[in-house]
Amino acid sequence: MYDIPHPTQETAVTDVKIKAKDVQVYYGDNHAIKDVSVEIENNTVTAFIGPSGCGKSTFLRCLNRMNDTIDICRVEGDILIDGDDIYDKRVDPVQLRAKVGMVFQKPNPFPKSIYDNIAYGPRIHGMARNKAELDDIVERALRRGAIWEEVKDRLQAPGTGLSGGQQQRLCIARAVATEPEVLLMDEPCSALDPIATAQVEELIDELRQNYAVVIVTHSMQQAARVSQKTAFFHLGNLVEYDDTSKIFTNPEDSRTESYITGRIG
Amino acid sequence: MPLLWLFLLILAIAGAAFVLARMRVMAMSGQDRRSLHSLPNYYGSNAAMKSAIPALLVLVIWLIAQPFYVNSVVSGAIPDSDIAETSSRSLVLAEVRRAADGIDLAIATGNLTEDEARNMRADISDVTQRLSDAGAIVTSQITQPILRAAQQFRVLNSTGYQLMSIVVLLIAVAGGLWAFKETRPDFRARNVVEQGVRVLLIAAASIAILTTLGIVLSLVFNTIEFFRLYPASDFFFGTSWAPSFSGRGGSSDLGILPLLWGTFYISIVALIVAVPIGLFSAIYLSEYASPKVRAFAKPMLEVLAGIPTIVYGLFALLTVGPLLVSVFGDDGLGWMQAGTAVMTAGLVMGIMLIPFVSSLSDDIINAVPQAMRDGSYGLGATQSETIRQVVLPAALPGIVGAILLAASRAIGETMIVVLGAGAAARLSLNPFEAMTTVTAKIVSQLTGDSDFASPEALVAFALGMTLFVITLGLNIFALYIVRKYREQYE
Amino acid sequence: MTDASMDSAPMKGRLTTVDARTKKRNAAEKRFKAYGIVAILIGIFFLVVLTVSILRSGIPAFTQAEMRLEFVLTQEEFDAAESQVLKTKAYEAIFINKLSTALTEKGISVDFNAAAIERLLGKPGSTIREYFRANPDQIGQPVTFSLPASSRVDGYFKGRISRDTVVDSRFFEATDLDLVDALADAGIIVRNFNWNFITGSDSGVDNPGGAGIGVSVIGSFFMMLVVLALSLPIGVAASIYLEEFAPQNWFTDLIEVNISNLAAVPSIVFGILGLAVFIQFMHLPQSAPLVGGLVLTLMTLPTIIISTRASLKAVPPSIREAALGVGASKMQTVFHHVLPLAAPGILTGTIIGLAQALGETAPLLLIGMVGFIARAYPEGVVSGFIDPNSAMPAQIYTWAARADAGFYEKAWGGIIILLIFLLTMNIIAIILRRRFERRW
Repeated sequence: MYDIPHPTQETAVTDVKIKAKDVQVYYGDNHAIKDVSVEIENNTVTAFIGPSGCGKSTFLRCLNRMNDTIDICRVEGDILIDGDDIYDKRVDPVQLRAKVGMVFQKPNPFPKSIYDNIAYGPRIHGMARNKAELDDIVERALRRGAIWEEVKDRLQAPGTGLSGGQQQRLCIARAVATEPEVLLMDEPCSALDPIATAQVEELIDELRQNYAVVIVTHSMQQAARVSQKTAFFHLGNLVEYDDTSKIFTNPEDSRTESYITGRIG
Repeated sequence: MPLLWLFLLILAIAGAAFVLARMRVMAMSGQDRRSLHSLPNYYGSNAAMKSAIPALLVLVIWLIAQPFYVNSVVSGAIPDSDIAETSSRSLVLAEVRRAADGIDLAIATGNLTEDEARNMRADISDVTQRLSDAGAIVTSQITQPILRAAQQFRVLNSTGYQLMSIVVLLIAVAGGLWAFKETRPDFRARNVVEQGVRVLLIAAASIAILTTLGIVLSLVFNTIEFFRLYPASDFFFGTSWAPSFSGRGGSSDLGILPLLWGTFYISIVALIVAVPIGLFSAIYLSEYASPKVRAFAKPMLEVLAGIPTIVYGLFALLTVGPLLVSVFGDDGLGWMQAGTAVMTAGLVMGIMLIPFVSSLSDDIINAVPQAMRDGSYGLGATQSETIRQVVLPAALPGIVGAILLAASRAIGETMIVVLGAGAAARLSLNPFEAMTTVTAKIVSQLTGDSDFASPEALVAFALGMTLFVITLGLNIFALYIVRKYREQYE
Repeated sequence: MTDASMDSAPMKGRLTTVDARTKKRNAAEKRFKAYGIVAILIGIFFLVVLTVSILRSGIPAFTQAEMRLEFVLTQEEFDAAESQVLKTKAYEAIFINKLSTALTEKGISVDFNAAAIERLLGKPGSTIREYFRANPDQIGQPVTFSLPASSRVDGYFKGRISRDTVVDSRFFEATDLDLVDALADAGIIVRNFNWNFITGSDSGVDNPGGAGIGVSVIGSFFMMLVVLALSLPIGVAASIYLEEFAPQNWFTDLIEVNISNLAAVPSIVFGILGLAVFIQFMHLPQSAPLVGGLVLTLMTLPTIIISTRASLKAVPPSIREAALGVGASKMQTVFHHVLPLAAPGILTGTIIGLAQALGETAPLLLIGMVGFIARAYPEGVVSGFIDPNSAMPAQIYTWAARADAGFYEKAWGGIIILLIFLLTMNIIAIILRRRFERRW
């Protein structure tokens, strides 16, 4: 019933982009993530799956230190991107987040024009020397977000006026505009209808050419459709992490099998 | 205080009706409350309600209507020939009322007997003398027609009040009897009482409308009266404010422009102080402050809002004014002549408005969804970039609304300007000069000794009208903006 | 094509080295945060300045320099003085006589004359005469007289006037200070707690020393009674209707719009309303606490309605459903269940509304509560409502508007008393909220 996973030859030439080792996350007294170690590869879509509350989103938010904005959250263990520990005191989360972009569950365009939504990141990071360059960056990002054709005539219209699927692609384009190396997506399709979902999934597959993509989803079908690697989380533990095809056809852990076949979750 | 007695008497009748009706229904049911439609107290309440409420309603209406009736009768009895050239019918009537009050007082103090008061005819100067002996305020000699009118006024009033007492008590008793009659076990007393309570609730809620109506009517009628005596165009476009203190004659200049200018200038200074401080405080408190700092600083700032304006007024007059003079006055920079100035009032008013701006902005900033902030942080924006470029633009309409509300506060503020801004109306750009405002002039025009019928006093109502319209417009506009903004995120 | 812009992208470096642009941005971040801190500090600074200036200027109002002298007036002296033409002058002479005796007894010698005593004390003769005429049995007994010293003597004790700044006038001469010092050494002029300020009545415009706020506190009290008696029931009734019964229609909308607008109408406009409707139209007495209370009621109602509605809204619908479920009528549900549960919130809101009304001044100016000199306590409850009186804020304003700077101190002192009342009310409200607040 699942799509056949993508051919495996693409995973042959891979290098590790993010390496997490023994990561623990606490929300106050609550131990939300226990001992998670995982290696995320470049030019690969990695899916985090698991029942709600299993910690997959929390772990995702550790990867670009979005949890810093929550006062009671505490992270232990090492997360290395290109060999640099991102929780090192010398690392500025602002720089980190430019390198590790994020797309959220609900489309959250700023109440600004489409153009300004995209240009926001490049502007704050000082990526363009002049207006023409900025225009260029915006166009390129919108094209990569596969939404250019739909909005090129109304770049000054407010971003909030787009449909749900368009908004989410706009948010992806916005994340892409800062030229990140990793793209984190927290259930990017959960607020979208099936047609918009299909468009976004197609986009994710294209984005793999340039970035390491990590996607959290509770749809197993979606994980099977878009990812090459899958990590299954359960109650804060990383239960199993392997090639998507392996997880969905021949899981090693009984919990993974139970989840995939719909007995838990 | 016969009115108090009348009121207590009505309550007593209502209480009696309560007890009787309750007893009757209990007797009819054979002391078995299960056979009643409603609880016994509801039958009592029904009787009490029907006896007290109509009676009290009639009482209130009578009290309001009688003076009109008496005035019109007395006024009709005064022939035109008795009204002096320089006077008017309303002035004569006021004099009649004063004379009647004086006679009442004289009787109360024993300087006159009731009979004498009714039959006084001759020897007018004696009356005047005896009234002022009794401590009544008698402005001039009481003339024969005025005395006669005053006597008629007293007679009409006293018979009116006697009649009122009788009618009202009869209504109370009749209402009680009627309710007593209809008290039977199957009578739906609870429904009737609840209907009555509901009407009372609606009446209470309608007081808001009546208040607005009262404000509008009292402003409109007096303003029209004013424009009859003073041309509206001179009022709205006149650039000079110089009321004559004699209270008569057309030598007053009553142009509103210098007052409006003073009002707006002071408000602008106040907003220049309050908006940045209030806004930055709100930003810090809602975005940066730790819960501990917030728990300390927020109430501290809000204390500023709980301080009465008279305190700020005194602070302006006695602390800030002299302080500013010592810096900008003749000993310092030489820009300032006296402590009362636009700067003094504006600065203090600004302090007063800080918590107003900050708590409103705080609410509005908190209403911006967290998803907006996350989106911005996710792109690598710093907190200040997020606030400046995402949160504030999103909150802008709400903040504009808050500033407009603060502006309307500033325009309507009275005590600070009365004490801190000075009394001279002028059109000047120097913020260290004394200027005056619409509110300050309302106070000075209505607390002076000038006659209420003179344009110098009536102008206060026109000023009040202007103030009311401006603040109302600002408020409605601001509330509209804030509401629109809230809807956007709900 | 992509690589061209990659050069300028800052994030290509290593994460552990912070690049120049990020440093700049972080500096901007710090600056921005500092603006916030500065803004809050300025706000708190203003609060501190305000508090300090109130306390520093107001506390002296609670003390008063007075001349305290114990002496015996014999029957002969009394008769002799009563037989004079200028009786108070005679008593003054007696007083001066007794004073110099007392000074000699203490071994202090200082020259003074009647004029100097008058500059220091006003006219002591009449006080003494009235006392003995009212209490003839005290003749021949030792009696202690405490006579308030003039505002300049008082000012000298409080540092308002010093030997360097004193200017000779008919009110005061520099040489009087020698006399004052001598009397102070003799323990005859002392600085005492000024009970008269708290309990007394307003004095005339030329006697700041004798002015007290007591009568206007009573005026405020009666006003608050009116406000409480009217605004609480009306406010609660209106809130119950709007929150529980009102249908969605134009009439309800009209009420809602009116309430929210009245909450923002300038208070002076309510004063105009009071003047036009209650005084001009209904002929209620001017300057009466009843009228002040009515005006303040109308002003306070929106505040009380808004807070009451919030408390009613906070009662969860499940409570209403439970009551309706056992067959209570809508009215019974509201009065038996919702209202008692909302009561603490309503009470808190009412107290805060009352505190607001207590400090309100502007509308009182227009209904004649300012300028009226509140000399005497009302005789009874009814006269407390309808006889002319002042109110605390109005009294403060009256003092602030008088020419004699001695009244400024009284105004500040009055503010302290007013603020003590407000503080007490707010603390009660906070305690009530803490104690009875229910979290659903």
